[in-house]
Amino acid sequence: MAWEVVIGLEIHTQLATKSKIFSGASTAYGAEPNTQACLIDLGYPGVLPVLNRKVVRMAVLFGLAINAEIARRSVFARKNYFYPDLPKGYQISQLELPIVGKGAVKIFLDEGQEKTIGVTRAHMEEDAGKSVHDHFDGESGIDLNRAGTPLLEIVSEPDMRSAKEAVAYMKRIHQLVRYLGISDGNMQEGSFRCDANVSVRREGETALGTRTELKNLNSFRFVEKAINIEIERQIDVLEGGGKVIQETRLYDSDRNETRSMRSKEEANDYRYFPDPDLLPIELDEDFIESVRAELPELPDAKRARFVADYGLKAGDVEMLTSNREMADYFEAVAGTVKGDAKLAANWVIGELSGALNKDSIGIGDSRVSPRALAGLLERIRDQSISGKIAKEVFEAMWQGEGDADQIIESRGLRQISDAGALDKIVDEVLAAHPEQVEQYKAGKHKVLGFLVGQIMQATQGKANPAQVNTLLRNKLD
Amino acid sequence: MERRTITQLSAALRDGSVTSRGLTEDCLQRIERHNAVLNAFITVSRDEALAMADAADAVLASGGGGPLTGIPLAHKDIFCVRGGLTTCASRMLSNFVSPYDATVVENLAAAGVVTVGKTNMDEFAMGSSNETSYYGPVANPWDLERSPGGSSGGSAVAVAAGLVPAATGTDTGGSIRQPAALSGVTGFKPTYGRVSRYGMIAFASSLDQAGVLTLTAEDAALLIQAMAGFDARDSTCADAPVPDYTAALGESLVGKKVGVPREFFDDGLDPECAERIHDALAVLETLGATVQDVSLPNVGASVPTYYIVASAECSSNLSRFDGIRFGYRHAGADSLESQYKLTRKEGFGAEVKRRIMTGTYVLSAGYYDAYYLQAQKVRHLIADDFRRCFESVDIIAGPTTPTPAFGLGEKLDDPVQMYLNDIYTIGVNLAGLPGASVPCGFSEGLPVGLQLIGPAFGESTVLNFAHQYQQATDWHERSPELQAG
Repeated sequence: MAWEVVIGLEIHTQLATKSKIFSGASTAYGAEPNTQACLIDLGYPGVLPVLNRKVVRMAVLFGLAINAEIARRSVFARKNYFYPDLPKGYQISQLELPIVGKGAVKIFLDEGQEKTIGVTRAHMEEDAGKSVHDHFDGESGIDLNRAGTPLLEIVSEPDMRSAKEAVAYMKRIHQLVRYLGISDGNMQEGSFRCDANVSVRREGETALGTRTELKNLNSFRFVEKAINIEIERQIDVLEGGGKVIQETRLYDSDRNETRSMRSKEEANDYRYFPDPDLLPIELDEDFIESVRAELPELPDAKRARFVADYGLKAGDVEMLTSNREMADYFEAVAGTVKGDAKLAANWVIGELSGALNKDSIGIGDSRVSPRALAGLLERIRDQSISGKIAKEVFEAMWQGEGDADQIIESRGLRQISDAGALDKIVDEVLAAHPEQVEQYKAGKHKVLGFLVGQIMQATQGKANPAQVNTLLRNKLD
Repeated sequence: MERRTITQLSAALRDGSVTSRGLTEDCLQRIERHNAVLNAFITVSRDEALAMADAADAVLASGGGGPLTGIPLAHKDIFCVRGGLTTCASRMLSNFVSPYDATVVENLAAAGVVTVGKTNMDEFAMGSSNETSYYGPVANPWDLERSPGGSSGGSAVAVAAGLVPAATGTDTGGSIRQPAALSGVTGFKPTYGRVSRYGMIAFASSLDQAGVLTLTAEDAALLIQAMAGFDARDSTCADAPVPDYTAALGESLVGKKVGVPREFFDDGLDPECAERIHDALAVLETLGATVQDVSLPNVGASVPTYYIVASAECSSNLSRFDGIRFGYRHAGADSLESQYKLTRKEGFGAEVKRRIMTGTYVLSAGYYDAYYLQAQKVRHLIADDFRRCFESVDIIAGPTTPTPAFGLGEKLDDPVQMYLNDIYTIGVNLAGLPGASVPCGFSEGLPVGLQLIGPAFGESTVLNFAHQYQQATDWHERSPELQAG
């Protein structure tokens, strides 16, 4: 029996404002507990929330980027529940009138297929604080630094049909919020996390199956694993004649299993109602247009342009446009290395990304600037060095030894393209390996590679490989 | 007993016949003598008051200051005062020392007033008799066996008994006007949004409004002048210029139209109170105003509408009192849930719990539409009624309460009867309008209040009507006989 999987995601992304959504306290990560919580964040008697207008701009920017309806009037509502890290006993959020309505994003699947995922809505809300359970003997600590940090909750339609699609969608949103500069998207620090609603139904059925909600998935890998394990569980239950219970489940990454957190019956009745402390947010066309003017080139447009302008392969473009900084870096390199965007792309995707990953740093902190990388690529193009030597030069550049020309000079790496000089070396190598020469002549052409290797070794890699090949063939054939 | 108005004291301070220290010491002395019986004050801040008085005297001596410089005043214990106990008359906040000043407190301090202490009130401003206070009921100085009204009962009595010339109050459903009427003083509540709510502990955010209890409308104008104005810390605070209220007090009533809602003269209105109101309306006519019948067809639904909206908001506003960060906490609970439950069970009184439960119920899934949404719709209808009236009249006048002061304990076990005491005042809060209550005579020796209601931001109109009425009458000068406690 074939099963169809139905997935919807609720993504919480922290908005990159300096101060909190309803107070002037700082949102910087990593401060000493409770040093970034003012009386408003602490929910003191008599204090009142005042909306940070920057949050509205960011939410609208996101809405425009996914071609969503922007609500001309939206309302904050209180979500009431008790928890020690929720100081007021309610979270200020939006329910009935969210700031961003229906929109959509495209995802790309392995086979090069494109799929549109609907976004139901996105709304502004405040984050809660953190409970710290393992630092105090038998007691829990509360850190309210995060309380009141602005979040944008992005709710998708149940449009995804596999864990892979869910991850592709999550990555797309992650890419988008970073392109827009509205979130740092830092998943380790909890700036980007998601809950997944998962259900299965027999293929061909139109009604949705009973769903479960998987909570707080904070890495792409866990999203995929948690959804897959939950799909398996649900199918097992149904095939065993059981019923899926609507409930919230927690993913345990250590055991790779999901387990029940609370059932529908135990769910809180949040008693939402409009927050009387905050006025409805009324937006006029001028405001919306002023935000639209801030929209950067978005990934889809950038991708199309990279294919058209640089003639790159779809896969390379996908890598290069994965974030704005990398795309900008690539364009800076490609703009200098005129006419060889492919070489620029290979180096940005290859050596540069590898070095960044190895040092766990972002492209913004790259030790080699686009200009310096372009300088190196120029030396490949004018055949001063081979691609292989270039890797050595790059490594030295990464270690801060100077620019490409300095390193090539100081290490004496300039390629030997002088036919006379090469000719002599080729002769020497052929004389030293009569056995291989015989084999070649007997028709075993594979030994040519060995002989090339010997020549490269003799020149410390500085020989022009194309030239070496030609010379060898001339002498042997 | 001698009571003096701010206007009189201000003149005396300026001509040097009294000092702020002298006035403040008088107040402190009177509080000491009478508070044991009246229970109007929760906290008296003697040292701070004298320090403020000395500072005011220094300003006055140098020829500076304004009309409020050096005037002693009491704050309802719902306003946060930095470094002082702010209890909201609840066990829940019986140990709460505020780390900041409310905007009202800040504004009045900037105008030079001397804060002598914090007045008693119904717990979290929930009550109409001042009997729900954790610190015990306040006695009405006109009859110690009777309630002074609530929730700003302590402030009303402090002024009525001459302990202070004026006090701040808050009015969510009548909590300034009703105790003003029952205690025989002037009470004034501005338009919702005219005075910042920052630092005023919230009961029902969409209804709460700060105001004053004074001896005269003239004094109320002086205080509101200092209290009103935009405050960026309160998103619901109006960003509109504050007119000169004192300057508006001279306007003649000739040709002004007074609307009298027929719905306010129902079976529930005590006949003698009705007579006093008609007497007062006759006075307004002698001043040149014309009195006409108007109708507020939906105002009859005010009380249930109010108890849905206010309870819903309070059920959420009071969630922050959980014993985690401040205030009362039940010690030694064995789980988080039992700590919450026991803290709130022991920290809140019966009336507060009743309203939290009512509010939780009306917001619950399945009931929200039937109660809360419906109430919001009715609220709009009531506000529209008032708006329509103000198309044809300058002011609306009627009784403040259906009866004079009732006995302590009389209505405590019958919440509906208690709630009905606010039947004429509640609609004004639902519509967010400015309103006053001024003394207009007596019924069997107990004060009766005339309610004056203005259009939105019509503070000047209301204050001027009250002032003109007080120029023509002397009910506001009558004071109760006090026996020292």
